[in-house]
Formats: sequence, C-alpha cells, structure tokens
Amino acid sequence: MALNLKANITRPDDFYQELIDMQRDMSEDNVQLMNAKLILILANHIGDSETLSEAMRLARG
Amino acid sequence: MLNTYTWPEYDYKQSEEQKNGTIKRHPVVVIGGGLVGLTAALDCAKRGIPVVIMDDNNTVSIGSRAVCYAKRPLEVWDRLGVADQMVDKGISWNLGKVFFREDLAYEFDLLPEEGHKMPAMINLQQYYCEEYLVDEVQKQSDMIDLRWKHKLISLTRHDDYVSLQVETPDGVFTMECDWLIACDGANSNVRDMVHAEFTGQFFQDRFLIADVVMKADFPTERWFWFDPTFHKNQSALLHKQSDDVWRLDFQMGWDADPKEATKPENVIPLIKAMLGKDTEFELEWVSIYQFACRRIDNFRYDRILFAGDAAHQVSPFGARGANTGIQDIDNMAWKLKLVMDGDAPDSLMDSYDEERAFAADDNLLNSTRSTDFITPKSRASRYFRDAVLELSKNYDFARPLVNSGRLSKPTPYVKSSLNTPDEAGFCSEMRPGTNCLDAPITVDGKEGWLLNELGDGFTLLVFGDKPEKTEITCGGISAKVVTVGDRIMDSQGLLAERYDGGVYLIRPDQHVAARWRTYDEDKITAALARATGQKQEK
Repeated sequence: MALNLKANITRPDDFYQELIDMQRDMSEDNVQLMNAKLILILANHIGDSETLSEAMRLARG
Repeated sequence: MLNTYTWPEYDYKQSEEQKNGTIKRHPVVVIGGGLVGLTAALDCAKRGIPVVIMDDNNTVSIGSRAVCYAKRPLEVWDRLGVADQMVDKGISWNLGKVFFREDLAYEFDLLPEEGHKMPAMINLQQYYCEEYLVDEVQKQSDMIDLRWKHKLISLTRHDDYVSLQVETPDGVFTMECDWLIACDGANSNVRDMVHAEFTGQFFQDRFLIADVVMKADFPTERWFWFDPTFHKNQSALLHKQSDDVWRLDFQMGWDADPKEATKPENVIPLIKAMLGKDTEFELEWVSIYQFACRRIDNFRYDRILFAGDAAHQVSPFGARGANTGIQDIDNMAWKLKLVMDGDAPDSLMDSYDEERAFAADDNLLNSTRSTDFITPKSRASRYFRDAVLELSKNYDFARPLVNSGRLSKPTPYVKSSLNTPDEAGFCSEMRPGTNCLDAPITVDGKEGWLLNELGDGFTLLVFGDKPEKTEITCGGISAKVVTVGDRIMDSQGLLAERYDGGVYLIRPDQHVAARWRTYDEDKITAALARATGQKQEK
C-alpha cells in the first residue's frame, strides 16, 4: 500500500478547525499526549508497516 | 539474613597437582561456578569430556537474581537430567497484570501451548538452581573436578592450549588446558585478560531488587506497574518465587544513591507502599544495580570460549540473561566434543560465535526495546509510552505495543552456515536453525516425550516408511535413525501437526539442521557434513 499524498481529506477546512479548536484550551502536556494518541490510533488504522515507515520518513524531512 | 534458605558452604580442597607441584594439561577448564559454568561442566561430561570447573567462592548465588527460567533452558537442563527438581520447586504463572498509575490497564494470560514436557517458564530463586546443579556435578565426580576457592589470576594463550595461573588458599600454581570456557560473569576477568571488546549501551537508570517473605494472599501472577501512585514516575514489578518468597523490583532513577537506597529504613517504606501497610513481610535480600546491553566482539578467542554474561549482558526485562547463557552451552558443548575428537574441523568452533552472537544480538534488541518502553529517555518517548498505556485500558489495538519485557524465546539460527537451505512444501515453522518443538509420544507403548528420544548425537527423524539403515554416517559422525510409527508413535497427532511429516536432520543440541519431504541418503549425508563443518565432496 503506497502512501497516499494526494488530497484525501473530505472538508479539509472543517478538519483543520476541529483539530485546532480541540486543543485550544488544553495544557501543553495534554496536547502532547493527545497528539501521541492520535498518531497511534491513526497508525493502527493504517496498519501496513511499509506505509507507516514511509510516512515517518516523510514527516522527519 | 535470609530466613528461608541456608547457603551451603562447599569445601575447598587442595588439588593433587598443586600439592605435587606438577603442571597438568586438562582437556577443558571452566572458569566460574554459576548457572552457566555448572551447566557447561555437565554438558561436557555428558558428551564424554572430562572437565575441571573452578570458582573463586565456595557457595551458590546470593539472592534470587535470575528468577525466571524459560522453556528452552529447562529443556537443556532436562537433557542433562536436572530439570525435574527445578520445575517441582519452581512456581509457574500464566496470568500477568499491567497497571498504569492507580488503575489496572489490562491483564493477559500466557496460555501456554499444551503438549510440552517443560512449562513455558518457572520462577525460582537462582540459589536453588545452582544448588541442584552442584549436586549433580558432585555426583559426576569421575568426570567433573569441581574446585572451590580457585581464582584465575592470569593466563597465557598458546597455539593449541592455554596456561593458567591460579590462586588458592595454598598459594599460586600453574595449570594448562586444551580449551578454556569462560563463564565468569558480566565482569569477566578472562575477557579482560584477552583484551576483548565488550561494548554496547549503558542505561542511566538504577533498579532496586528485593526478596521478601510474606504469607500474603497475592495470587501467583506477575504484576507490573508503570508510574504507580506508590512510586511516582517509576516502574515496579512483583512476582512470586518458591517458599513464600516474593521478588520485587523498583526502578529508582539515575540519581538514586545505591548505598542509601538499599538501607532497610529506606527500602521497607517503599515495600510497604507497594504491598499495603497491613501486609506483614520480612526483607530477605536487597540489591541495587545499573544495567547495560552489550556483548563481546567474538565469543571465541582461539582456545577460549565465552558464554553467559561474560559474553553478553542484557537488561533484566524479559529474563534473557541466564536463559540465553544456558543456550550458549547447549550450542557449544557438542561442537567442542567433535572438534576435540578430530571428527570435525576446528572451524566448526567458529560457528559457535556465528550462531550465538546472532542470538545475543536478537536478545539485545528485544531487551533494549523493553528498556526504552519501561524507562523512556526523552519527553517525546514518555508521551508515546503514556499514550499507549492509556489507550490499552479500552482498546485492544494498543495492548501489543505495551512492552514490560518480552518472554525469552530461543532465537532460530536462520542464517547459520551449518543449515542446509530449506526445501519447499512444508506447512510448519520448523525450518533449519530452529530448536525442535517437543511433543508427547509413546515409546514402546509407554508415554514419553520427543526431546527425550533425540539422544546425544545427531538424529534423523523420519516420518513415513522406515529406512533400511539404522544410522547415516559421514566421516566419523553418525546420525541415528528414529522412525515415527516404529518405536515411537505420534500418540496425540501433535508431532505431525508440529513437524508436518518429512525427514528431519536434528543436531545434538536439538536444532533442525535440514529437512526434506522425502528420504534421500545423498542429501542427508551432505547435510550432515555441512552441519559439522566437514568438507563436502562435490
């Protein structure tokens, strides 16, 4: 499964706002924890280890 | 002082050679009378090599130390005739609980597979294991010369022997040996004497371990806490051993002062906080340590072979120290016998380094991973660790990521040069390099176990028609033919399930060297040559 780098998020503005709003009043600690959980939840949804490795390399830059 | 155990004190005896001032050449000398050294002596003796084993002390392990023994080392000890009493005395557990802060995150059942003679693992204080091994060694005094209070102070390497300077209460004397097996622990003097590299990763953390006696109603389970309320920001572990002795481990952090931390007035409140203030207990033994994950650059220095902690040191998570040390010996002793007898070339001994360094690297990887999870070293890794633990309370998907130590399992020698490449068409995991799975069988109508029938040498395990030959020979080495359905019967169908039929060439250490769908004598002979490092005729 190749990493999909084409636009794939339905309603991108809504998604972005939801993410930012959700973290707006959270402490820095809770934000970090939430981000870590979010990565784990999404990683599990993807599952495929090659896709995950590719995504991690891409994110590191 | 220990309340449940009295250390034996073994007698020092001056050797004849020291008394007479003669320099004697021994076939094999083992340095170190711990679990690994004693096992080395027993395995050498079993294979017909007379051995001298020396220890600078005169008793067994102080404290419970290694504690957990997994199935494969128990199978090795069973081959050497000492496993039964360990299993009888030891404690088996299947249920593990993982706590995060004040809550139970989840629990797991190891659900060990049925149909193996040895349990998946036992908990037992190291001093009991060593005592049983010493008892067996003493029974074999015709083959094993066990010398207490013998300290190696220097050695000289020659082309085909090693010269040793040894100190006893009667002074210093010289011994020689064809082969030296160094089992003298993580701070191995032998390793220093050959200037071997011993490198890897040190973890900047300390752990306090304690044995306590209590008649509490705690169930026989393994409990692991991440960041418990009674020991903030650290981790802790509780599990049961025999004689109502419980083993407690506390992560202390790098700043802990070892001297202060082990004082009873500091240890006891910590234990009370863990067990609850109404639980009555007595403190038997306490120790603190820092650990490292590292290994020696070569397990073989000519005529010197390194095994156990002298060759590799791992973090305690997953019980990989003693367990892999015993498997080092399992791998080494049969090769040594063939090389000493001239039945295999000296190069076979190099495969000891090849296979066991491969296993050590696998163990180091597993143990480093557990360490990174249990003691996160950065803020980011701490967030991920905590995220996994919080998610694991409600979601199955996160549980496989929780790593409080992975149970020690043998590393298959998948890349070994002794293996014959696998043949297609097998629906079982028993590929070359893998240790043989046990299975219940009947032998001449009586209940038995496969591993007990494999014998001390090579075995050709044949499913299907019984071959005419009773053994296959290559040079001076033979493989005994064992046909399923002849003397041994697959009484419960588990052999067929685990091996999927065919023909298996099995090494003296109960590992698969080769397998085929059909019996072909030329292929078997070639595989036997390959598994023993002999030149193969083309």
